[in-house]
Amino acid sequence: MSAIVLFMAVIAVIVGWWLSQQRLTAKPWLEEGSIDDFPGTGAMTVPAAKLGLGVFLAVATSLFALFISAYSMRMDMVDWRALPVPALLWFNTGVLVLSSVAMQWAYVSAQRNNMDGVIFGICAGGASAIIFLIGQLLAWRQLSAAGYFVASNPANSFFYMITAAHGLHLTGGLVALGRTTAKVWRGAEMPQLRLSVELCVIYWHFLLLVWLVVLGLLTGWTDDFVDICRRLLS
Amino acid sequence: MVDVPYEATVDVPPAEVAEVELYHPKSWWTQYVFSQDAKVIAIQYSLTATAIGLVALVLSWLMRLQLGFPGTFSFIDASQYLQFITMHGMIMVIYLLTALFLGGFGNYLIPLMVGARDMVFPYVNMLSYWVYLLAVIVLASTFFVPGGPTGAGWTLYPPQAILSGTPGQDWGIILMLSSLILFIIGFTMGGLNYVVTVLQARTRGMTLMRLPLTVWGIFTATIMALLAFPALFVASVMMLFDRLLGTSFFMPALVEMGQQMKYGGGSPILFQHLFWFFGHPEVYIVALPAFGIVSDLISTHARKNIFGYRMMVWAIVAIGALSFIVWAHHMYVSGMHPHFGFFFATTTLIIAIPTAIKVYNWVLTLWRGDIHLTVPMLFALGFIITFVNGGLTGLFLGNVVVDVPLSDTMFVVAHFHMVMGVAPIMVVLGAIYHWYPKVTGRMLDDWMGKFHFWVTFLGAYLIFFPMHYLGLLGVPRRYHDIGEAAFITPSVHTLNAFMSVVALIVGLAQMVFLFNLVWSYFKGRPSGGNPWRATTLEWQTPETPPGHGNWGKELPVVYRWAYDYSVPGAKEDFIPQNQPPTTRAIQGAAT
Amino acid sequence: MVVAIILLLVAVGSVLFHIYSPWWWTPIATNWRYIDDTINITFWITGAVFFAVIAFMAYCVFRFHHKEGRQAHYNPENKKLEWWLSIGTAIGVGAMLAPGLFVWQQFITVPANATEIEVMGQQWQWAFRLPGKDGRMGTTDVRHISPENPMGLNRDDPHGQDDVVIESGEMHLPVGKPVKVLLRSVDVLHDFYVPEFRAKMDMVPGMVTYFWMTPIRTGTFDVLCAELCGAAHAQMRAKVIVEEESDYHAWLEQQKTFAELSGRSAVTKATYRSGGK
Repeated sequence: MSAIVLFMAVIAVIVGWWLSQQRLTAKPWLEEGSIDDFPGTGAMTVPAAKLGLGVFLAVATSLFALFISAYSMRMDMVDWRALPVPALLWFNTGVLVLSSVAMQWAYVSAQRNNMDGVIFGICAGGASAIIFLIGQLLAWRQLSAAGYFVASNPANSFFYMITAAHGLHLTGGLVALGRTTAKVWRGAEMPQLRLSVELCVIYWHFLLLVWLVVLGLLTGWTDDFVDICRRLLS
Repeated sequence: MVDVPYEATVDVPPAEVAEVELYHPKSWWTQYVFSQDAKVIAIQYSLTATAIGLVALVLSWLMRLQLGFPGTFSFIDASQYLQFITMHGMIMVIYLLTALFLGGFGNYLIPLMVGARDMVFPYVNMLSYWVYLLAVIVLASTFFVPGGPTGAGWTLYPPQAILSGTPGQDWGIILMLSSLILFIIGFTMGGLNYVVTVLQARTRGMTLMRLPLTVWGIFTATIMALLAFPALFVASVMMLFDRLLGTSFFMPALVEMGQQMKYGGGSPILFQHLFWFFGHPEVYIVALPAFGIVSDLISTHARKNIFGYRMMVWAIVAIGALSFIVWAHHMYVSGMHPHFGFFFATTTLIIAIPTAIKVYNWVLTLWRGDIHLTVPMLFALGFIITFVNGGLTGLFLGNVVVDVPLSDTMFVVAHFHMVMGVAPIMVVLGAIYHWYPKVTGRMLDDWMGKFHFWVTFLGAYLIFFPMHYLGLLGVPRRYHDIGEAAFITPSVHTLNAFMSVVALIVGLAQMVFLFNLVWSYFKGRPSGGNPWRATTLEWQTPETPPGHGNWGKELPVVYRWAYDYSVPGAKEDFIPQNQPPTTRAIQGAAT
Repeated sequence: MVVAIILLLVAVGSVLFHIYSPWWWTPIATNWRYIDDTINITFWITGAVFFAVIAFMAYCVFRFHHKEGRQAHYNPENKKLEWWLSIGTAIGVGAMLAPGLFVWQQFITVPANATEIEVMGQQWQWAFRLPGKDGRMGTTDVRHISPENPMGLNRDDPHGQDDVVIESGEMHLPVGKPVKVLLRSVDVLHDFYVPEFRAKMDMVPGMVTYFWMTPIRTGTFDVLCAELCGAAHAQMRAKVIVEEESDYHAWLEQQKTFAELSGRSAVTKATYRSGGK
């Protein structure tokens, strides 16, 4: 359970830092009075949707951290046989990186009021995300063709389950991206678009990060890394 | 006088919170059914939770009938008994209490108490309810599928949960896991709303330290639920894989009824870790809103500010944080590494300290108060007794070596019913008596309310207090019939029969309550906008019940904390949060 | 007034119930008196807190309930009082936790001279195994389980041949000798539970769990299953008989070893086969 406990510690630090800004030691019964006298008398200035996305990312991270915790606990059992990582995954990773880059392009263009750049960015980003998903499906097919079925070993089961969870999250992102595209289609102005694009970009980068961590886990790099850390510590 | 330094340069946001595009219902359907108004969603959540909760109540009757008079009722056999306990537990913990506190009270009270017009994402909020309803329907459907609902116990421990020795192995368990997954998806949608609304949509002047404790409780519980429910989600998905695809996440090599199974290598304890990583925070997900609400009930009806508000807030935060590192105290005898016992016993007992502080502060709020023994106040008193009782028995079970003889006995059953069954239900009922006038504009009938309280409180106490002693004697839980054993004396059966009779009476008293809810809706005394003369914002709405958008033209502005009761020198014994100050005379009057 | 009295009665009644309850733990049969002592300490501390809090609350309700003209005292907080209460609570908690952890340390430290015995749970019966003359138990695997070998012993393991296998659901133990009880399950979770022993532990398929104890008095004790294990959970019973050393040996003499049992079934099988031809 170390991954999830570590993640909870990070959350605790963030929450603690935020709470420390909120004057929790103030004595509210002494603070009767006109609103402008006291700091922090209103809501945060971040847009609600962005904050909502932030909270959702915390939930999703918790989910993946738990998958990883389960993975590392199950891995210690004797019947674990790591499965070969299909070469296709490297291609997919490249595509997903491209997708993130394209989305970043869209974001920068939105900041600069360049509508063509936004359209190019989200179309390229969406298309490469779809290619990534198709690539993942192909990787599944390659694996099962090679006899690595979902139930034949826990390593395989985790591979299918975690990639599926990641893929479903990306599919959800594509729906959001589709709505943004529809907004462009309907001729929305840039100020209305900027936030939608920004949210999509944050989510894309998040999923890229998750994918890299998952990939590290599936290829066993994370183990080596943890081992090195352990050796350094002891 | 303010002895806390602060920087006066921090940005003060604009007077009007950025105008949210308020959704406006266009037809009867969008006003009452597919409504995006948090108040309507709250009522939908509450009614659905109550409906499925009634099913769980009936199940508890059936269980008590079996336990009190084993062998008398031919329509209850061992398998059905297990199905009853499983469904009763799951419904009560998740589909009733969690949904009611967060989906029901959270939706109704958060926007009103923080001075918002609605939740920040009303559409997602609506979806949250409909996914929840779907989860409830899937859950309820297991009663009608072949094999019936699962009988694995609400903890759903593998391998038992998905093997054929357990009732409901084919459809029951699959639908149960699916329903949980749906519930979590639905809850996450709602939870995002509650958190962001508190962070984002507080009206001008509403600092965190001016929030009523109800909001603090629900807010903290929601954050915990958002982070903890994924553990149940992961566990459910993995178990579905094991059940449907034949993977071996949790399933070791095993022989079932003489038959070698194709599973191998998995770890049942892994499931327990995941389950309790959710399951323990879940206890506080139910308890923290109850803590918050009961603080407000006591303060309002004792006409006194809540004692030690700051400590109360810190305690809520501390409990919320600590509750994530105590999960394995449910697993002392699970076969996990015994050295974990030291760590988890210590953290578990440490969590008793902030919890105890809350209890002290509740009773100290009563001290030198002006206690109005209204029905909500009675329920609050009932909560304190049952919670103190259940909390203290928690110290037995949290202390690792004491848990060894008591785990899996009726002591555990008595403990958690007292602390997270009866106590939160006391708060739920008290809160309904308290806020019903705001929701409907009419008072609940007082006489029926008092009758309901005394029967429920004394009855529940009579059931669950003696039950501890059955556990101490050694009676194990989840037995449909204790049968023959040397240490079971005839008096055990007598006590069981007594508890069953009381349980039937307590259950029937809830019918009086339901009748009261309906009767008062039509015939109750009109309440006016603020019948309890309370300070918090929800009582200051221009209309009662609050209209669409809650506040009419202008959002309220908050000038003070939520507990200005019996302020010396004030005309009335309460000053609403949105009443501008006349002088700043009272500064320094206290501490 | 009435409310205050009822609240006080609840507190007083709870204490009286505790004192006069006919339902109390079974007479202990092992060395785990320390566990009972820790429970007693916990009862004293929590009982005092419970009574104090409820009595105080009842007094407040009696003294400060609403009357015409009463005004509540204005008192937002009292730092000092709150700190003292917190410190007091911490001391109380420490007084329960410290003996608890101390006894837990003993609970998980198995003495070197403990004899190993094995209990195996399966839906819905118990089986037992004792090491034979060599004092060591043979290895097992779920994959070896068959009608002839219900405990799944490894036939190739020489240590396993003289293991005593008991399937009658009646286990005997000598009094006064520490035993390490190894726990194993072949299907679902079970829990070897004898109320008089106080100690218990889940049996988990795929792993071996344990606890240890020293029986201190003779007698016949009921074995129950304490972890939900399916439809017949409540019927999963056996007996443990703690007896004097000499009686124990007399009983042990009559038990069959694994080799004897499998030899017998091999013989039966052979006869059956030859008969069939």
